[in-house]
Amino acid sequence: MSNVTDKTEVGADENSPPSPIWHHPFILKFANFIFTVSLTFIGLTAITFIIGRVLPTDPAMAIVGDRASQEVYEAMRIHLGLDRPLLEQYWIYLSNILQGNFGTSIMTTRPVLDDIIRFFPATLELASVATIAGVFIGVPMGVLAAVRQGKLTDHIVRIIGLFGYSVPIFWLGMVALLIFYAQLDWVPGPGRIEVYYDGIVESVTGIILIDSAMQGEWEIFENAFMHLILPAAMLATYALAYIARMTRSFMLDQLNQEYVLTARVKGLSEGAVIWKHAFRNVLVQLITIIGLTYASLLEGSVLTETVFAWPGIGQYITNSLFNADMNAVIGGTVVVGICFVGINMLSDFLYRLVDPRARA
Amino acid sequence: MKPQFRQIAFVVGILAATALATPGSNIANAKTPGNMLVMAKNISDMITLDPAEVFEFTGGEVAANVYDKVMMFEAEDLTTLVGGVAESYTVSSDGKTITLKVRPGQKFHSGNPVSAHDVAYSLQRVVKLKKTPSFILTQFGWNKDNVDSLVKATDDMTVSVTMTVDFSPGLLLNALSAGVGSVVDMKLVESHAKDGDMGYGWLKNHSAGSGPFVLKTWKANELVSLEANPNYRLGAPKIKRVALRHVAEPSAQRLLIEKGDADIVRNLTPDQIKGIAGNKEIRINDYPKAALMYMATNDKHKILSNPKVRMAMRYLVDYKGMANSFLAGQYKVHQAFWPSGFWGALNELPFGLDTAKAKGMLTEAGYGKGFDIKIDTLNESPFKEVAQSVQQTLSSVGIKSTITLSEGKTLWPKYRARKHDILIARWSPDYVDPHSNADAFAHNPDNRDEAKLTGKLAWRTGWSDPKINAKTEGAAKELDLVKREKMYIDVQRDVQMSGPFTVMFQRNEQVASRTNVKGFVSGANFDLVFYRNVSK
Repeated sequence: MSNVTDKTEVGADENSPPSPIWHHPFILKFANFIFTVSLTFIGLTAITFIIGRVLPTDPAMAIVGDRASQEVYEAMRIHLGLDRPLLEQYWIYLSNILQGNFGTSIMTTRPVLDDIIRFFPATLELASVATIAGVFIGVPMGVLAAVRQGKLTDHIVRIIGLFGYSVPIFWLGMVALLIFYAQLDWVPGPGRIEVYYDGIVESVTGIILIDSAMQGEWEIFENAFMHLILPAAMLATYALAYIARMTRSFMLDQLNQEYVLTARVKGLSEGAVIWKHAFRNVLVQLITIIGLTYASLLEGSVLTETVFAWPGIGQYITNSLFNADMNAVIGGTVVVGICFVGINMLSDFLYRLVDPRARA
Repeated sequence: MKPQFRQIAFVVGILAATALATPGSNIANAKTPGNMLVMAKNISDMITLDPAEVFEFTGGEVAANVYDKVMMFEAEDLTTLVGGVAESYTVSSDGKTITLKVRPGQKFHSGNPVSAHDVAYSLQRVVKLKKTPSFILTQFGWNKDNVDSLVKATDDMTVSVTMTVDFSPGLLLNALSAGVGSVVDMKLVESHAKDGDMGYGWLKNHSAGSGPFVLKTWKANELVSLEANPNYRLGAPKIKRVALRHVAEPSAQRLLIEKGDADIVRNLTPDQIKGIAGNKEIRINDYPKAALMYMATNDKHKILSNPKVRMAMRYLVDYKGMANSFLAGQYKVHQAFWPSGFWGALNELPFGLDTAKAKGMLTEAGYGKGFDIKIDTLNESPFKEVAQSVQQTLSSVGIKSTITLSEGKTLWPKYRARKHDILIARWSPDYVDPHSNADAFAHNPDNRDEAKLTGKLAWRTGWSDPKINAKTEGAAKELDLVKREKMYIDVQRDVQMSGPFTVMFQRNEQVASRTNVKGFVSGANFDLVFYRNVSK
């Protein structure tokens, strides 16, 4: 009986119609992605919108100023739709966004999408350089500290980690400007580029280093590179401190595992034990840490951007918030949200690439 | 290491090493070019450049350098009203119509000639668009229905403007020197008009003027770039380009001026001014401004509406103490609503800190033991420090106060809703005529809540005095200048003694510039800042 049953079951599987296309793993993953993004998007816009409306700051007043007559003020409230019920205001806003219209910024008088296209590359440029520097310096520092646990190297790395993580970036930025710009004259002052270069390079990607290189404007490239060094170094200090600290902690865990002892007993070189065995297992966790660090830098570091007069998304969102420019705040927040989702997905992808178990 | 990667690493290494190991290289030492004025300033307040709308400090300053106004105060003499786009004017016998003759030979940046039609269009546009500063023109009885007939070009070079109210023609001429008196290029603006918006959507971030500079770029919170207009009616500006860099942090501004990467910086704090005072390459210039800092008490408040309490408040401010300490160099004591240095100003300083006198007045009023009160002010320096000082002196006579600091966008709705107790704020005139401030501080013809005369400070404080209202209206109508000046001084003294305002200070702007920079002029108002005479 049991054989018959087995055959019947097998036969039933073979003869059953093929699974519908929407059961395909790729489709399921894609649907999951769309669902996650939509939920994040609706959550972000709803929360930011409600915060914007319950704040005591008055968007109409932000535009017309305190001298406006009541008539002018009321006309602006109606123009902004502030006389309508909150739910209706949100629905109108959401519908506009779905049509690609984030509204117009009060502060810049331009469409929010245009502003984001202008401000975000500045932050992307800064955050990317800072993250790369943070990874290339922080990871070896963390590994070295773990390998030499309790020794002078370890103490130095831990002090650097503590310093980078706890010293206010605003203060550090000012001190760095004072030393490297004002005293030593090694780097230029605040700003993304000297003003007299403005308008020479046509904005294609919005990232001056890339645009100037593409257009062969090497003098401008050099100038932009020099302007980037100090603010990127400030953010990199924060990034490397965090990455080094976490790398050290992960490595210590791995170095105490039995497989490390086995590898050493087998006579593998110390370099091979650390980098080929222990570090490979750390890499999986590190990807998440690096992803989170990058995402947090992409939010825009308001203080770094303020000290270095860097026109990035952090300053844009903060200034917008102070000016009750809610279209800009929500637009900027949505972009930051998308960055987080995107980086999470990238981390997920890299995680699978590095760890064969995750592919199963 | 793969060969390709090695090459890239080599190039990056060389670049980084060159950059870092060459202290004093040209890049790091890059100073401002000789034909360009670089100014570091916080420009985050700039939200529009349309002269029919602009009312912010930076926007007003930029617009003033891009547009010529019908009437003007020129950089060479900031005290005399002269013709700008208009060459001359005549006043009708009844004083209600002014005929303006347009200066021949003027051209807009576009190359279009400046005509009377542009002048009439510009004024009509302000009234029809009805943005915040439009009240400066609508007070003359103009509205969207009648402005075409009251402000009109009678030929290519003549404009006739007629008031429907009894105001002095001098007042109208002064108002035409405000930002709303800027003349725009009608043809250019109309070519960008959409859905009958008179080019409003376009002109917010473009320019269509005939002033000494042409707007090249405005990148919000980053940069404003201007280029000299070689065809300017008074001759081409001495400097070819002007860049206003957005540098929000005053400490960063200080570093820029010290290193010579900025020619002028505008937002240094008193401490920073002190810090660079000994630098021989930097000059600090003082520019008296028309901006006032005042304390307003709410007349709808039972205790504060008592005239004796109001008077006591005037003796509970440490004017000199503040002016000589944290306000040093940035504010001077001034106690009337029209700023010192202007025609019609009252310069008397009758009040000083006198707690014994104040205590006596409070006792007479029945509040000898003091009371509890709230102070609202802006969340920025020096307002919070001033509020703290006032809090301290109030406490010396038993008045317990709590301070609330807010952004302007939160504070102004509260003030306009008459929900404050004591409020410390600032005020600048809209145009250079005492009526501008008299209308705000002294005139409130309808004190009912429903009247919502929110533009008038007297209404916001719930205070109205029929006699002072009549005097203010009389002064606005008076044709005799000597009489008119006396009337405004009289009104100021009345408000000084009986109004709900304790005017405390007048602003003084301290501008740091490199010593090679000459010719920068910063007048009393934001639209009286001139770049055209700057040279290096």
